[in-house]
Amino acid sequence: MATWRPDPSFYPSPRMAAKAPKETLAYVAAFDPDRQRPDAIAVVDLDPASASYSQIVGQVDMPNVGDELHHFGWNACSSCLCPNAPHPHVERRYLVVPGLRSSRLHIIDTKPDPRKPEIVRVIEPEEVAERANYSRLHTIHCGPEGIYVNALADRDGKAPGGIFLLDHDSFDVLGQWEMDRGPQKLAYDFWWHLGHDTMITSEWGTPDTFENGLVPEVLLGSQYGRRLHFWDLHTRKHLQEIDFGEEHQLVFELRPAHDPTKAHGFVGCVISLKDLSASIWTWYREGNQWAVKKVIEIPAEPADPDLLPPLLKGFQAVPPLVTDIDLSMDDRFLYVSCWGTGDMIQYDVSDPLAPKEAGRVRIGGIVARATHPKASNGRLNGGPQMVEISRDGKRVYFTNSLYGAIDPQFYPEGLDGWMVKLDVGDNGGISFDGKFFVDWPKGHRPHQVRLEGGDCSSDSYCYS
Amino acid sequence: MMDFWPWLSLAGLGAFHGANPAMGWLFAVALGLHRQSARTVWLSLVPIALGHAVSIGTVLAAMVAFGAVMDLRGLQLVTAVFILGLTGYLAIYGHRHRVRVGMQAGMAGLAAWSFLMATSHGAGLMLVPAVLSLCLSDQAGVAGTTDSLSVSLAAIAVHTGAMLAVIAAIALMVFTWLGLAGLRSAWINFDRLWIAALGATGIILLVW
Repeated sequence: MATWRPDPSFYPSPRMAAKAPKETLAYVAAFDPDRQRPDAIAVVDLDPASASYSQIVGQVDMPNVGDELHHFGWNACSSCLCPNAPHPHVERRYLVVPGLRSSRLHIIDTKPDPRKPEIVRVIEPEEVAERANYSRLHTIHCGPEGIYVNALADRDGKAPGGIFLLDHDSFDVLGQWEMDRGPQKLAYDFWWHLGHDTMITSEWGTPDTFENGLVPEVLLGSQYGRRLHFWDLHTRKHLQEIDFGEEHQLVFELRPAHDPTKAHGFVGCVISLKDLSASIWTWYREGNQWAVKKVIEIPAEPADPDLLPPLLKGFQAVPPLVTDIDLSMDDRFLYVSCWGTGDMIQYDVSDPLAPKEAGRVRIGGIVARATHPKASNGRLNGGPQMVEISRDGKRVYFTNSLYGAIDPQFYPEGLDGWMVKLDVGDNGGISFDGKFFVDWPKGHRPHQVRLEGGDCSSDSYCYS
Repeated sequence: MMDFWPWLSLAGLGAFHGANPAMGWLFAVALGLHRQSARTVWLSLVPIALGHAVSIGTVLAAMVAFGAVMDLRGLQLVTAVFILGLTGYLAIYGHRHRVRVGMQAGMAGLAAWSFLMATSHGAGLMLVPAVLSLCLSDQAGVAGTTDSLSVSLAAIAVHTGAMLAVIAAIALMVFTWLGLAGLRSAWINFDRLWIAALGATGIILLVW
């Protein structure tokens, strides 16, 4: 239902959004890797003054099993204030939650009781296939033409993957987004520069190359995603492809600058086939074209083969495996999850082409097994993964699971879920909040975190 | 007889459009902020006003053409049906409007955007009752083509002038002094007000 005033969680600019009230709740996707019980969205109390701080205080179970909940988002966000696509009287109240494996979409209402969200609509995979010809739903963003959902495969589970649109009021599937996809085949993440009318998409692989885990032959053959695609956001046409080359595999998470006047952003590359290092690249405008530059390289760490999973024994090293990144609202700090070594690294990216390390913590890790002050088990597994930053940039939350079929390839003894919080210093620097450690209930693994009222990877802005 | 109220309603509707952020001033401010240029704000107002004027001009031209072959009651009924139809459409499907123009829109793109926004909101239709009453103020029954044309042109000028004055004033204030924080509370649901006004106009025309 339309409202009289804009949703109070919408902000015209990232500068204003950074002054938003502190979040008190997080919504966290949790999935059962054995696909025996329903996946869920858990509600975590983030209010330090609350008696249930750092505890799961609510949960909504999905109606089916085996969805593999992954990256979800809001039905509406600050981009509703944009002048060319104004819809400011839509409410940010529904979470749009896709199943990566099931291709099912769940619409969850958080308004009546934010601690007890309720499923109000389920869009079955057949409807998505019929209307948009896609499957394997992955990421959600609210934007100029409604809700954008990307999908890693077509209805038959093959390439091309792409994007489709949902109506942000009725949640009807409106159809495929692309008008001309050019050479784009694979899909993974997507986001945009609203001020520059540009969509950017990245790549993973087709379901047969990831649903049973990473396939070493495909990886070593450089057949996983390694390209960025740039599109005209409004004509929906492919404009440019940038190939990172055979060395770089799994070019994944995209974080454009929040300031709409800026035309740069960051993307993480999970692994180099040359030396198992991970890297961060900056994209930027160069004349009339987009260009990329590798700005951070995180080396692999030598390790005793006895401590390594079978996949890595021959390499005698732990790859950092940068599987997620996130950019603070003021575009100053980039957070980089190293799921392999267990590091969460904070970089000052004030100069986007010359980042400087500003802080680092270690938790979990394939060999390190670093612990947390509040963890009862002294050796944590998994590593920093999906990371989310509060709008004011003072708090950072992350979980430790990557993907059901890939977790055991790197953590073969099983992965016990956890969620932690970091406090950020005024001029950088990060440290654990000793009171915040969610020892995730067995049977589920936590994945993406969304913060009440918006966060640093769910809103985009048209004004600086 | 000099009738004041139709002119006032033409100007009032223009001011209403000018005040609505979704009809243009916000776009001008956004472009100015993006390019860090007050000049861009001013320049942007021209195509926005032009697109709006062409949209209402097209509708009024159609009215004048119909007026030449149709009696007053017939013209009123046709207009009422169009207005009520649009009211129903906007009430049910209005939120689905997507005018696909980017933030890098040039001056021609802005004019096209403004034309489409005004047309899809029925801006021209809303002026028909006022223009009709002006055309008929000296005659009984039939709207004369020559008079109607000059009255219509004057109506477009008054309406667009009022709109331009208001968008210029708001764009200047917001860009120079106020900033955009006020949007969060001051951007009331103009669409809902507009639907109510459209509906009321349609009903009045029907029973008038």
